[in-house]
Amino acid sequence: MSVANAPVRPEELVEHDRVQTPLYEDAALFEEEMDKIFGRTWVFVAHGSEVPEKGSFILSWVGRQPVIVVRDRKGDINVLVNRCRHRAATVCEVKKGKTSSFQCPYHGWGYGLDGSLRAVPYPEQYGEDFDKASLGMKALRTESYQNMIFATLAPEIEPLVDFLGPATKWIDLFMKQGGGYPVKVLGEHQFTVPMNWKIQLENTTDAYHFPVVHKSFIQTLDAEATNTFSFFDKEGFVEDLGNGHSVAVMIPELIDLDANLDEPIPERYQELAQTLRDEGFSEDKVRRIVRATGGAGFNLNLFPNVSLSLSFFRVLRPLNVRDTAIRHVCLGMDGGPVAANRMKMRLQEHFQGPMGFGTPDDAEVWERVQRGTLGGKELPILVNRGLVDEVPGTDGPRGHFSAETGMRAAYQMWKRMMSR
Amino acid sequence: MSTITMSDTRVSLHELAEFVWREAEILDRCEYDAWLALWTTDGRYVVPMAPGEDYEDQLNICFDDAKMRKLRIERFQQGFSISSAPPANTVRTVSRFVLHSATEEEIILRCAEHVIENKFGRQRVYAANLTYTLVRVDGALRIRHKVARLLNSDGELTAFSYLF
Repeated sequence: MSVANAPVRPEELVEHDRVQTPLYEDAALFEEEMDKIFGRTWVFVAHGSEVPEKGSFILSWVGRQPVIVVRDRKGDINVLVNRCRHRAATVCEVKKGKTSSFQCPYHGWGYGLDGSLRAVPYPEQYGEDFDKASLGMKALRTESYQNMIFATLAPEIEPLVDFLGPATKWIDLFMKQGGGYPVKVLGEHQFTVPMNWKIQLENTTDAYHFPVVHKSFIQTLDAEATNTFSFFDKEGFVEDLGNGHSVAVMIPELIDLDANLDEPIPERYQELAQTLRDEGFSEDKVRRIVRATGGAGFNLNLFPNVSLSLSFFRVLRPLNVRDTAIRHVCLGMDGGPVAANRMKMRLQEHFQGPMGFGTPDDAEVWERVQRGTLGGKELPILVNRGLVDEVPGTDGPRGHFSAETGMRAAYQMWKRMMSR
Repeated sequence: MSTITMSDTRVSLHELAEFVWREAEILDRCEYDAWLALWTTDGRYVVPMAPGEDYEDQLNICFDDAKMRKLRIERFQQGFSISSAPPANTVRTVSRFVLHSATEEEIILRCAEHVIENKFGRQRVYAANLTYTLVRVDGALRIRHKVARLLNSDGELTAFSYLF
């Protein structure tokens, strides 16, 4: 028997400073990940503003499993597996909307917003022991933090806030981009890339690539904005926050969006500031909203499927070992000034959309990683950058802003979960 | 081909089709300076996602005024964008022309576009409904607005290194 056909042992594929190629390529390993990672942890499914009212729902996924995120009559959020308990048809294929119930199109079984089975046409043929109470849609354990909704297929795991740990304070900082208003989803860009999901997981904590891959984006900015995105001139860092989470601070002056409000308003935002002044906002309020409009100066990577970056969530969904779907969820100010929300959307279109000035180049290099791993399978993937000057941080190891500290954090969590 | 007479303006569908076919060839050949020259400076190139036409207050894939179109083309041409150097090759077909309206001010034309892209030897197919708002500048047709609504525009697409 050749070594190539031996079962892949997950714990042998990850060392502290390198990982092995089968992580991107091995289909059996992918199946194991779906069970041991996406089946056993908290997975981000939606933002509360996407289901604002009783009866509001949106389709999402936990790993490969289709789910419906729905707010019920009591205002509670339920995450239901989108599958009729009779013969498995999806009960909803509308991406987003409002309803009073879900009805399976096949034989008409009807479910309440909490997933309970309410109606079965012609029930007589089921006999007296037919137990409707046990045939509700599969409901997942659901918890939220800062209106970010997570669900898990493993009811016994730790509470969401414990899983997030020190990442919660970074989520709190990130949500300051509401500028005094609640954060609201304004829309989302969606695209698929022929790459393993972990190539994406690495990328949002990878500031090293930015000046290379996104040179053509930086060149479309004014001099001041170019300076904002010149990470090598700043005192950024990457810190391991435990449980696979990490934060990459690229623009330290934008960690706390409520601070430094006396700083001059950048050229890029002068027009917005004037519009807000003309609308009667006080100078203090103008500065707060303007500062919030560009979003936070860091990327928070939450293992395994969501990152909080600038002014958007990046949500990844593994499709198969070599394909991943990405959502770039654009965030704005609920009830905030129209001009600020318009600018947030224009900024997102500029970079994050599938025809933006950033995403196509990201997608190209991610695909190139996947293509490259077909060669030299014995060669490791290096994640040792920044080990040389890594120091203890507040909550874990802290490296240079371009260090691979965040990737090391994610892969150690991967190893821990895959070795169980 | 049908001919619509609006006051003193005669618009032939064939003339409009020729203009759109020429634009399609320009995009397939990546002759982007020629593409920019087809436009007036007061309109928008829009690739929307949400239904409806309130593009300014919704997230789009593209919502380009003249300045953004120019920046977009510069990015394609400068050679620093790995997805554009080289871009995917494309072959596009435009058909099913329907003249929506023609006045002295502007002509609104709808049509269907199919694009096949090739990169790394893998081919992808996209379809879009196009709506052009065309005007005459010194007798020549120019684009004021162009809206390219892709099939599955509010779902999962892929990243694009070309225009629709």
